[in-house]
Amino acid sequence: MTKKVKFSIYRYNPEKDAKPYFQDYEVEVGDHDKKLLNALVKIKDDNDESLSFRRSCREGVCGSDAMNINGRNGLACLTDIADLKQPITLAPIPGLPVIRDLIVDMTQFFHQYHSIKPYVIDDRPMPEHERLQSPEERKELDGVIECILCACCSTACPSFWWNPDKFLGPAALLHAYRFLADSRDQATNERLDNLNDPYRLFRCHTIMNCVDVCPKHLNPTRAISRIKETMLARNV
Amino acid sequence: MVKLRKGLSAGHGFNAWLQQRVTAVVMLLSIILFVGLFALAGKVINSDITSWQQYFSYTIVRVVAQITVLAVILHAWIGVRDIVMDYVKCMYGRVILYTLIILWLLGSTIYSFYVLW
Repeated sequence: MTKKVKFSIYRYNPEKDAKPYFQDYEVEVGDHDKKLLNALVKIKDDNDESLSFRRSCREGVCGSDAMNINGRNGLACLTDIADLKQPITLAPIPGLPVIRDLIVDMTQFFHQYHSIKPYVIDDRPMPEHERLQSPEERKELDGVIECILCACCSTACPSFWWNPDKFLGPAALLHAYRFLADSRDQATNERLDNLNDPYRLFRCHTIMNCVDVCPKHLNPTRAISRIKETMLARNV
Repeated sequence: MVKLRKGLSAGHGFNAWLQQRVTAVVMLLSIILFVGLFALAGKVINSDITSWQQYFSYTIVRVVAQITVLAVILHAWIGVRDIVMDYVKCMYGRVILYTLIILWLLGSTIYSFYVLW
């Protein structure tokens, strides 16, 4: 059995459109097309091959298909069509420059991510075998290591909208905490120095949109609080 | 002007964050203390100015009130500066606003000393 689903989708092709506009679509989806991404692929196949969006793994692992769904950031591949009010309004994730339709330029987002040095820093001599971590030490990373960098959180954050070039945003800060919390990492001091800035960390005003939208149900706000606690512990 | 490298850390930010939280706690304690004191002294304090003056003649009351005012001033400075940092992008606009805010808060501080002491 098929059913019709109505969409209103943000369209913008900078090469020919003077400004963005919303285009309506109606697509027939089958019983097996449960997720929003299924319907989008169907639109691209059946209705309009010019509609552009990113997708890859289609199961919430790659984080490519982050978009603004009925006013809320989320992953199209994890969102059930049945849960959405129609017409389903789709727009690019806010706050980043649009390249085309639902595709945004993530350069700024990844620049902030790279600035926290997202790798374990350990200059000690290489051990004969791997650097071991106890189960308790590994447990510290639960709830932070699962981030897929889809940018749903950072682009839902007003502080990131106002200062995307200076404020790291929840995703990068979650990763900053992930490396601070890693028992193998030796650069705690440098990492905290790097974050001790009125903008990079402290533009977070605990709005918690990041927690609200995270498709992996992570809590960047808590990670940010822990960074601040670590700073406090270092200073008192 | 030299273009600042992206991701440059100012090396501060933590202090302001901590001061804002500490002053918030001071203000909360003061509210509890003053509400408690007024409740206890309810029979002594009338609505006329002389009984208020008598109440504020105790040094401890003045000291607590003065600490509270200073906490409010510092808290306000950090909060308003945060708002300016979020919304005012022009560097010179910021300098002018910061100056006006500092003058206003400095004036308020001096006036609070004048009123209380």
